[in-house]
Amino acid sequence: MTAALRLKLENIVKEYPGCRANDGIDLTVGAGEIHALLGENGAGKSTLMKVIYGVVQPDEGRMIWNGHPVTVDSPARAREMGIGMVFQHFSLFETLTVAENIALGLPADEARDRRKLDQRIREVSGRYGMALDPRCYVSTLSVGERQRVEIVRCLIQESTLLILDEPTSVLTPQEVTALFATLRQLSSEGCSILFISHKLEEVRSLCHNATVLRQGKVSGDCRPGEVSAADIARLMVGDDTPISTQVSAAQTGDVLLDVRNLGCKSRAPFGTSLTDVNFQLRQGEIVGIAGVAGNGQDELLKALSGEIRADWGEIELDGVRMNALSPGQRRKLGVAIVPEERLGRGAVPGMSLAENALLTASGQDLVGRGMIRFGRVRSFSREVIRRFGVRCIGEDSTAASLSGGNLQKYIIGREALQNPRMLVASHPTWGVDVGSAVAIHEALVALRDEGASILLVSEDLDELFQLCSRIGALCQGRLSPLARTAELSIEQLGEWMAGGFGSAEATHAAA
Amino acid sequence: MLLLERRPVDSSLMRWASPVLALVLTVMTGFVLFLAMGKDPVEGLTFFFITPISDLIGLAELGLKMAPLLLCAAGLTVCYRAKVWNIGAEGHFLMGALGASAVAVQLMDMSGFWVLPVVLVAGILAGMLWAAIAAGLKTHLHCNEILTTIMLNYIALNLLLYAVHGPLKDPYGFGFPQSVMFAESALLPDLIPGTRLHLGLAFGLLAAVSVWVLFARSFIGFQLNVVGQDQRAAAFAGFGARRLTWFAFLVGGATAGLAGASEVTGPIGQLVPQVSPGYGYTAIIVVFLGRMHALGIIAASALLALTFIGGEMLQIAMNMPKAVTGLFQGLLLFYLLTCDAFIHYRVRLRAPVRKPTRVAAPAATQEA
Amino acid sequence: MELLTNILAAMVVAGTPLLLVALGELICERSGVLNLGQEGMMLMGAVAGFVVALTTGSLAVAVFASVFAGIGMALLFALMAVTLAANQYAAGLALTIFGTGLSAFVGAGFVGESIDGFERVAIPLLSDIPVIGRVLFHQDLLVYFSLVVFAGIWLFLHHSRGGLLLRAVGEDPDAANANGLKVLVVRYLAVAFGGGMAGLAGAYLSLAYTPMWTENMTAGRGWIALALVVFATWRPERVLIGAWLFGAASILHLVLQGLGWRASTELLAMLPYVVTILMLVLLSWNPARTRLNTPLSLGQPYRPGR
Repeated sequence: MTAALRLKLENIVKEYPGCRANDGIDLTVGAGEIHALLGENGAGKSTLMKVIYGVVQPDEGRMIWNGHPVTVDSPARAREMGIGMVFQHFSLFETLTVAENIALGLPADEARDRRKLDQRIREVSGRYGMALDPRCYVSTLSVGERQRVEIVRCLIQESTLLILDEPTSVLTPQEVTALFATLRQLSSEGCSILFISHKLEEVRSLCHNATVLRQGKVSGDCRPGEVSAADIARLMVGDDTPISTQVSAAQTGDVLLDVRNLGCKSRAPFGTSLTDVNFQLRQGEIVGIAGVAGNGQDELLKALSGEIRADWGEIELDGVRMNALSPGQRRKLGVAIVPEERLGRGAVPGMSLAENALLTASGQDLVGRGMIRFGRVRSFSREVIRRFGVRCIGEDSTAASLSGGNLQKYIIGREALQNPRMLVASHPTWGVDVGSAVAIHEALVALRDEGASILLVSEDLDELFQLCSRIGALCQGRLSPLARTAELSIEQLGEWMAGGFGSAEATHAAA
Repeated sequence: MLLLERRPVDSSLMRWASPVLALVLTVMTGFVLFLAMGKDPVEGLTFFFITPISDLIGLAELGLKMAPLLLCAAGLTVCYRAKVWNIGAEGHFLMGALGASAVAVQLMDMSGFWVLPVVLVAGILAGMLWAAIAAGLKTHLHCNEILTTIMLNYIALNLLLYAVHGPLKDPYGFGFPQSVMFAESALLPDLIPGTRLHLGLAFGLLAAVSVWVLFARSFIGFQLNVVGQDQRAAAFAGFGARRLTWFAFLVGGATAGLAGASEVTGPIGQLVPQVSPGYGYTAIIVVFLGRMHALGIIAASALLALTFIGGEMLQIAMNMPKAVTGLFQGLLLFYLLTCDAFIHYRVRLRAPVRKPTRVAAPAATQEA
Repeated sequence: MELLTNILAAMVVAGTPLLLVALGELICERSGVLNLGQEGMMLMGAVAGFVVALTTGSLAVAVFASVFAGIGMALLFALMAVTLAANQYAAGLALTIFGTGLSAFVGAGFVGESIDGFERVAIPLLSDIPVIGRVLFHQDLLVYFSLVVFAGIWLFLHHSRGGLLLRAVGEDPDAANANGLKVLVVRYLAVAFGGGMAGLAGAYLSLAYTPMWTENMTAGRGWIALALVVFATWRPERVLIGAWLFGAASILHLVLQGLGWRASTELLAMLPYVVTILMLVLLSWNPARTRLNTPLSLGQPYRPGR
């Protein structure tokens, strides 16, 4: 059988100072094939993509496109050849229209006739069930719609290989289904798809073949439909790391946090405002909030941390009204926050771990009469490093020099060591290796067992279902009811994430 | 071809070598400049850098010019570490001079050890007040501080000119725009008798030491650093950006105001229109050259003070235009910024990128 | 009526250098680069133009010299701020200090000299229209040129591919790079254009407005232009109005004195700067609105990903 081969990578090597990101990688994608590229963060997927798309050049190895060896020296070259890329963080311009965005990627003469381009956009997007209005400003589109623009752009450029980087991390379950239908249609028409993901169930349902990367090398190839998720996971992480934690049941106490009618206008230019959010947190429980990024999570977190002042509603911690309190004052009350951005909010990249401890832990007797008590600061950091297994040279290492997982462990540890009564964590295991993710989950559960209330905001539904006793969803700034995890189905949660709930009333509080 | 490649880790060698390298490059450019003008370059450079400080009087003059630079730079260091781009040191200086003079003129007939402190405090307060305007415009009306402080500099200059042409004009001064000479009780004592070097330098050194303590030891200094390095982390930590902006501005205004007050109660002894040859702007260069670090700004203010007196020397000895000072200062900053880039980048020789061997037809279906 | 016409005509003249330099900085900032070195570039343009006019006797050559001087200075800045990704504020300040010093140095021997500057040229027919004719069509060549440039920029920004590229680079250089746009080239061109316009503005000062050279003859106009671009929310039509309004403010003290008001020259000279602060307040007090219009990447050094 001579299957047509669209792309063949032979022995691709790419080295950066200090690590071999790609160490002799072979990959084959046939015409019309949907091929998954799997691996943890840091396995080398992004680098390999950059090589294929011409953003970086490999140190060794060659690329064979439709039977001919080629060198892709720039993204423009890649596009000429027919490789289209949909980035995880879209490369769209918010202040330009859909048509203008697409025009930017086309050669000048093709883009000149605006009306013809508009027509083409309507045609192509309609054909694959992704209707778009070319005159719309991208800033007005939802995340799912923006992804459509990225895909349509590739299609108009007549891509024969479409690379999708973690496309479903920003979609609701229903949108994922729609995307998969589009991809299957494209595949049947001969377009090859390289699907980069770490979501095993999705890969198993969509992809024909898969290549798994681990630490820069190919650790295995398989047909995902024919093997189990556990088998694939083993290929991704090796045999010695635990895949998941066993989470014991929670023992909840009294209500600690009471949020009523919370409303908050967004301070970001294209942000989402919160309206009428109601929920309660009890001691000793973990409550999860699901939702695609951009639906008000940022605003909710900042309203709770004190970084922005709520415009309406009440936030009460153990009966104390927190609305007017600054972040520092809330910390004194026992509120701890783990923000989404590790570097550049949770920690200052250029400062040492010890200095970063001062960011939130200064109230732990680390400052006296306006002067920093350096000895205590250092011993505090060393304690965090020791107890939470942070891999680093020492408390003087800069935050930027740590891997994502280790920095996150430090940040969580910094908060946990302050014995908070309430912890709000936003996407705590995003971009973190499995080992660190497990450690972070264990830390959260340990805090819970000590009686703290934890609010976990995350896009990772598996994480939420594993750790939380109650889950809700944020959509367009409104909070769905919170349901007991045991009684909640993924479909129901998916519906809530898409906004399918009534005006948010106070939840039927879990006992 | 030559490529600039990002270093994985910033080079700490370059961090310290860069100011030195910049100075060397400036000297070399000066050499070429003198040649181009038909003057003896060795003689020119000697007159500029060496002759002015070759005797005690010269060193005292250096200290004299150092004092206002150091004071202004100390305040600006606090601002720039927090990324508060206060360009208004010149205006604060002028207002400090104006405020001190106004009070000194009022107290003309008084004597007693309390007169001088009062005059100096008036200068400090005037500088702080002027800085407060820009601070308020930034924190409450979100106006960019670079533009507001520069506008305020021009306004301050005009206020000073107005004062020496009007309310503060010496009635017996033959119509020249200047105030009366201040009474003895309002003048700064000398540090080294027989020279013009006055207490102002001591103020400057004290300010530099205070800045060192602020950033090395205090929690407020830490907060300022965080606000400057990472605004989101500062908001997250609850370090109030508004409060810290006001702090930085007021410190900047106070030190520059004191510098202005010291100039009029020190070497000049009265208020005149040309009370500042641009100290406020030169202080900005001092801060960058001195790496926003207390020790650094002391050394840098000495160097830049030298450019002032060197320029004067060149004007007298070799008939060069006074603007040579500004030229050297500008060159120094330019070279510094260029050399600083090599902290983050290094130069590499790289072979040109290979061209693709064959281009594949998009719909080809041959086997690989 | 005569007085009004004269005032309006003077307003246009006074506003022209500001219009030129502000339009140049508008393009520069739209690419995401903030150039604080306007004063330095303008002064270099002024001194270059004046010296060349004095020595060659040709105004045309002088204008070219000014533009080249401005572009040359701007390229130095671009080297630091774009290629070396240095702190844009510091680099711009360096340019101002250097340009001020260098221009004073070069021009030292020419203080007190004078030349025949640009004369007013009436456009036939159009200049006979009452009021507007005198104000808009009976000015010197550089004023006409400023209007042509304004129209060109207005068309360029929203109705051309080049303008699209510029806006994209200014909003998000990383996304632009991912789209295959050459960010560094676009920024260099934008910065150079800004420099050329600043040089031209300087030439206007020393060749038309007051045909002579003195140190620091820009008197802060470069800074005011920066404020003007912010105030105009990066839209050329607003820059035009703002420049002329500012022109009115700067001749206000002449007008008032003409009307018989007695006030200290120094206090009146403060007017333009006070007006500028007011302009900034009017625009900036609502931060959400400002952010909506600012080129998002303005002032951030762009370091291409590896």
